[in-house]
Amino acid sequence: MSDDQITIEVDGKSLKAEKGQMLIEVTDANDIYVPRFCYHKKLTVAANCRMCLVEVEKAPKPLPACATPVMDGMIVKTQSKVAVDAQKSIMEFLLINHPLDCPICDQGGECELQDLAMGYGGDVSRYQEKKRVVKDKNIGPLIQTDLTRCIHCTRCVRFGEEVAGLREMGATGRGENMEIGTYIEKSVSSELSGNIIDLCPVGALTSKPFRYSARTWELVQKDGIAPHDSVGSNIHFHVKGERVKRVAPAENELINEVWLSDRDRFSYEGVYSDDRLQTPMIKEDGSWKEVDWETALDAVKEKLNGVIESHSAEQVGILASPSSTLEELYLLQKFSRDIGVNNIDTRLRQADFSDQDSVSQFPYLGQAVSELETLQSALVIGSNVRKEQPIINHRLRKAALKGAAIMLLNPVDYDYNYPLAAKSIVAPEQLSVELASILKAVLETSDGSIDAEAKQCVENANVTDTHRTIASKLIDSENAIVLLGNTATAHPQFSLLRTLAGLIAKISKSKLGYLSEAANTSGAWLAGAVPHRHAGGKECASVGLNSNEMVQAKLKAYVLLSVEPELDCWDSRAARTAMNDAELVVSLTAYRSDEIENYADVMLPISAFVETSGTYINNEGISQSFAGAVSPLGEARPAWKLLRVLGNTFNLDGFEYQSSADVSAEAIKIIGDIKAENMDHWRSPVAIEKNGAGLQRITETPMNMIDSICRRAVSLQQTDNVSDGAIHINTALADKNNLSDADTAKVEQDDSAVNLKVVIDDRVPDDCVLIQSAHPAQVDLGASFGSIRIGKA
Amino acid sequence: MTETTKTILSEHTRSEIDMWLEKYPEDRKQSAVLAALREAQHQNDGYLTTELMDAVADYLGMSNIAVYEVASFYSMFETQPVGRHSISVCTNISCLLMGSDDIVNHIEKKLGIKTGESTADGKFYIKCEEECLAACCGGPMMMIDHKYYENLTTDKVDEILDSLD
Ligand code: SF4
Ligand code: FES
Ligand code: FES
Repeated sequence: MSDDQITIEVDGKSLKAEKGQMLIEVTDANDIYVPRFCYHKKLTVAANCRMCLVEVEKAPKPLPACATPVMDGMIVKTQSKVAVDAQKSIMEFLLINHPLDCPICDQGGECELQDLAMGYGGDVSRYQEKKRVVKDKNIGPLIQTDLTRCIHCTRCVRFGEEVAGLREMGATGRGENMEIGTYIEKSVSSELSGNIIDLCPVGALTSKPFRYSARTWELVQKDGIAPHDSVGSNIHFHVKGERVKRVAPAENELINEVWLSDRDRFSYEGVYSDDRLQTPMIKEDGSWKEVDWETALDAVKEKLNGVIESHSAEQVGILASPSSTLEELYLLQKFSRDIGVNNIDTRLRQADFSDQDSVSQFPYLGQAVSELETLQSALVIGSNVRKEQPIINHRLRKAALKGAAIMLLNPVDYDYNYPLAAKSIVAPEQLSVELASILKAVLETSDGSIDAEAKQCVENANVTDTHRTIASKLIDSENAIVLLGNTATAHPQFSLLRTLAGLIAKISKSKLGYLSEAANTSGAWLAGAVPHRHAGGKECASVGLNSNEMVQAKLKAYVLLSVEPELDCWDSRAARTAMNDAELVVSLTAYRSDEIENYADVMLPISAFVETSGTYINNEGISQSFAGAVSPLGEARPAWKLLRVLGNTFNLDGFEYQSSADVSAEAIKIIGDIKAENMDHWRSPVAIEKNGAGLQRITETPMNMIDSICRRAVSLQQTDNVSDGAIHINTALADKNNLSDADTAKVEQDDSAVNLKVVIDDRVPDDCVLIQSAHPAQVDLGASFGSIRIGKA
Repeated sequence: MTETTKTILSEHTRSEIDMWLEKYPEDRKQSAVLAALREAQHQNDGYLTTELMDAVADYLGMSNIAVYEVASFYSMFETQPVGRHSISVCTNISCLLMGSDDIVNHIEKKLGIKTGESTADGKFYIKCEEECLAACCGGPMMMIDHKYYENLTTDKVDEILDSLD
């Protein structure tokens, strides 16, 4: 027994505890219930509600269990008359101003105050005076306020300060006039804001999209995995009948702790978008006709075989969303390769695939999600990690607050919610130059060596203090990582960035990791939904085209799985043209849209994420399976079932699965142990060449535009994290071109031109233009990076 | 500090705040928030606007809401436009015993407004219920624009109010 172990007695039971623990932590760990409102294990102790008062022997008054450190031999009574009387009195105080509106309160049935009032409240109030009323403020599209119900526990305020890193809620006024809120009318903007809904013990903060749509006792809770980033947050679906009414986090200390990003919490609305496709449809003579499944699948067979026979299997391209399940992607690639099609890809927002053969099995995070917070330093390259992987950013933030040096190299000066040790914001073409400088700085301070080719790269590099800081932080830390994000992946010189990052990591003895984009990016690689590898990472004898080659090559036929190419692909214009010009487009999709109807020939309705069972493998390599929470809408079917039947329709062998578990069992058997080693794989860098002068385009995909579900989630679409269809330029560039905010600019890329609204945005470096993808206004421009011209419209 | 902060907080206000900042460690800038708000309020005819509070937040590296909390908590800060001269009549126990109610009634009648209101010409503002201002020996008392007036009678009040411009 270590010195820190002590023994206390609670309600006659002797309990082991650790010195310094708060009493409530010990009682919680031992399933002894102490009522509470303000205490939350993930927040600091405020001790302001006093609901947790208990009797402690030798103490003159009841003490708050949440703020009383345990001491050896302490004797505690949680049920004694002293304790219960104290709790009852507190309850009476709390109820003085609390409205009796439980029947119309969304929290009713899951309200901590309601529950405790049952246990500790009086039947009749002795308080006859006026109750206070607080006027509601609109704090945005996601969170409904009813602040008259607030009991001032300040959990939401502490959350902002301590977890979101963005103090938005506060307590203004004092005494009886104290109010919780934002003071001014403003939308809360944290990407984790929805968590205050869970934290609020009463109905003061509830879900706005869910409002008045069900009573909590009508809901059934089902488990799921969040589908919009590579973290794989655990979630609960709250289902009424056959409809998901809301989503809440499920606790998993190793992944999302108790938190959930707003995107993962509110995206379910997209499932019920009006444009859900509910029956199979075939285009005949230019008009769409509803058909039954058999007819549809026969048509796919006939048409696809037609293209293969009259051209070749090489004229077929298969694009799939990396947020499809492991089962779907495994079956898709199996189907594809069985019919001789090697062109299959899920890496849609990427253009440089030149080193794909030498990289690891999947874009591995480089370490466990939960251990990110123990890092001493991290260099993040090309990522808006705060919006892209909010949970990872939260872990990095925790590390930063403990003193870790988080350092950034980005083409846009994104907002961070923790102090950064170094930051370099440069134009995209400068990213590799910067990395070469950092590499040189690393070489200056360490004894590592690099090969001749790499040496050439760093020879002319210019080392500044920033580079030296980054280098020395990485070298001096025992636990350091270099992370590559979405912008790095989408960069036209991704392989060069990867190589340089790899060398920096290797020589500074840091890890190398990828902040991959989608829920199943890892699963897609492992399932073989890439053109150069089979399931399990085995190299393909005949390597197919990658996603960008597929759209540039204008193939004769495309099969799409949950992809809207004009919104999801790296080169939106080429993607749209390719679809429009193809002889055949088969779209396995949960939605119909004008675009899809325009280019597709067959639309097969598949279920959305809540409606299918499956497996996601997260960026750490954790495989998590889930069941469908509700049945698919209309005639829609889970894509794995559809692909199985498609296999049968094509008379392929080995498509006799009974359940998605059969499919994943087969896939997992081939994949074997999931392990990845990023460090071994890179090739020597090619020379760093700067491309021509002029303006450069930078493209980002805002967090709520990432996939077809988010794009249809109404409330998420009302937030700021969506594409605005504008060009963002800094003041200098605007002045140079005589443009001001809200002007219309003529934007030209290659041989196309569109008019876009101007937004002055000083986060963008000089001579760069930031465009947000997945917005219809910019589709005709084309490639995500490259040179671009602007002028007055 | 952003450019907007510079334009919103006058040079004088900023130099006053800087004086206070010198008294605190570099990483404890927020300690100066009360002083900073007082200066900002002073610059703006006795009340704070959201812009001013945001500027103070920016100047001291605090979040906006943290400044709103402070400004709305202390009764010496006004967050709505008020009259130029701020009248606080103490109505706490000693002054009450010495007849502060009469003083309040007299002022209200004279100016034609209630406590918490400002005169239409923007000259006077009577603060809501004011607590002990620590001049109990001179009760009833009032404070106008940080100046104490003690042993009040209605005549004396008239004289004081009439002398203000
Ligand atoms: S709004 Fe809810 S979480 Fe915030 S202080 Fe009030 S009761 Fe607590
Ligand atoms: S839970 Fe202990 S005081 Fe609130
Ligand atoms: S009671 Fe009026 S100054 Fe103290």
